[in-house]
Amino acid sequence: MAIADTAAAAPVLDEEEARRARARRRERLGRWLMPLIVLVMMIFLWDRICVWNNIPHYILPRPGLVAETLWVDRVILFKALLITLRTTFLALLVAVIGGVGLAVLFTQSKFFEMSFYPYAVILQVTPIVAIAPLIFIYIQSKLIGMLLCAWIVAFFPVLSNTTLGLKSADHNLRDLFSIYGATRWQRLRYLQLPAALPYFLGGLRIAGGLALIGAVVAEYVAGTGGVGSGLAFTILESSYRLNIPRVFAALILIAAMGVVIFMALSLLSHLLLRKWHESAIKRES
Amino acid sequence: MTLQETGVAAGAAAAQPAPLLSLDGVSKVFNGDLVALKGMSLDVFQGDFISLLGPSGCGKSTALRLIAGLSHPTSGRINWAGGQDAGDLGVVFQEPTLMPWATVAQNVWLPWRLRGKSFAAMKGRIDEALALVGLEKFAASYPRELSGGMKMRVSIARALVTNPRLILMDEPFAALDEITRHKLNNDLLALRAKIGCTIVFVTHSVFESVFLSSRIVVMAARPGRVIHEVAVVAPYPRGEDFRTSADYAAHCRAASAALHDAIGD
Ligand SMILES: Nc1ncnc2c1ncn2[C@@H]1O[C@H](COP(=O)(O)OP(=O)(O)OP(=O)(O)O)[C@@H](O)[C@H]1O
Ligand SMILES: [Mg+2]
Repeated sequence: MAIADTAAAAPVLDEEEARRARARRRERLGRWLMPLIVLVMMIFLWDRICVWNNIPHYILPRPGLVAETLWVDRVILFKALLITLRTTFLALLVAVIGGVGLAVLFTQSKFFEMSFYPYAVILQVTPIVAIAPLIFIYIQSKLIGMLLCAWIVAFFPVLSNTTLGLKSADHNLRDLFSIYGATRWQRLRYLQLPAALPYFLGGLRIAGGLALIGAVVAEYVAGTGGVGSGLAFTILESSYRLNIPRVFAALILIAAMGVVIFMALSLLSHLLLRKWHESAIKRES
Repeated sequence: MTLQETGVAAGAAAAQPAPLLSLDGVSKVFNGDLVALKGMSLDVFQGDFISLLGPSGCGKSTALRLIAGLSHPTSGRINWAGGQDAGDLGVVFQEPTLMPWATVAQNVWLPWRLRGKSFAAMKGRIDEALALVGLEKFAASYPRELSGGMKMRVSIARALVTNPRLILMDEPFAALDEITRHKLNNDLLALRAKIGCTIVFVTHSVFESVFLSSRIVVMAARPGRVIHEVAVVAPYPRGEDFRTSADYAAHCRAASAALHDAIGD
């Protein structure tokens, strides 16, 4: 009797498992498919609105025309994309160096932190569009001015996250380092920096998007002079000429760039943390 | 009766050289009025296994932190025979306290690394320490891949990799299940027999303290102080037969009585 019972119970469990597997597969598929369906529907709706209302293409171009512009203007647009990408990337680099450097100084010296932290906050909360014109008055080089703009926007999340990370190393581990007579440098190198890494990477992902915003604002304010025109400047220029399809094309490229930057930084984060950090570890299910 | 009070331990001291470490009327007051430890005197001799046993809040961890130099006594003195330097002390906390970003071997390397020794140069010592705790196969694993008991072993390996004169352990096995704890207790004694280190061990458990130690220091709370010292006169090595012996039971009863004294009922 007992044997028959267990034999009957086994397939029930299997079915449960199979159902779970099916649900997982459906969820994996849905993650890609659902946004795609929404996208197609939105584009279709956009196209229909243009047609139903007879909207001229210099007000709202149909999606087909935008796609065509993307292709026809590809040389101009690609050049502009590279310029904006370069500004963004350099700004992010400077933001990382500046943010991490300041964070280390803040944790090494209480007085330094007390003196300068408020100004870091002020720099962060003042809208960049309000400062940017001044920057380009005082700084001759357009490139350096742009970098400064993007840096001001992007460094703060790196700074505040890294500072938090450097301070959040496990207390017992810190005691252990004291017991073994670790120097300041050893403590920083072997304990605080590794402990801060996940926090830093979180800040970096935010800073990536902000660096792009900073670069775009800087381009709007600075114009081209000497640097060549980036995507944001292309938008500005095209809108003056009522070349709205190109505005849309450039806009799509900026958005795509933002998404790619975010994905690249997420991948970097995953690669660096996958061995040990909770956030990157796949749970057995 | 194999139980003896403080006087006898002091008598034994006469036969030995000067203590490895001595606490002399050490007190610790927090925030001006919280007396965590009051007038604690204790001589630790080479080869001792001392347990600090007492209710929560009686200053056991405070005493260990004072010995480790992590905080300074409000009054009284702590003397190391022949001064103290960085390799004299190994510490095991209640949590394994491993660096999650480093492999097991790198974690054990830490005390040497902080003294500027390269991994390659210390490879032999690290492997040896891991072999002592039975984890030689896990050198390349990350802490998250280990069970609680295994993490604790890594922590112990790290504490003894420098061959310290004294190892401090603050309730290292409190978070583990009974079976694992017994196993680690046995292993700890086997380890001690092999390398002959001196240990100061903090515990809540009467049974653990009797099984492990040669001297039990019973402490009471508010203010934290030492109220009894119980010597466990039973020869090492101790194993399962000691755990089930009448002698062991008698020691446990005596230590329990001392502890009830401490709690005040
Ligand atoms: N850093 C501190 N600041 C203020 N009070 C403290 C501090 N550390 C410990 N105390 C107090 O000192 C007393 C003794 O604490 P301690 O941690 O030494 O107890 P314990 O015997 O280790 O207890 P447990 O068995 O629960 O770990 C407690 O009342 C505690 O609140
Ligand atoms: Mg404690």
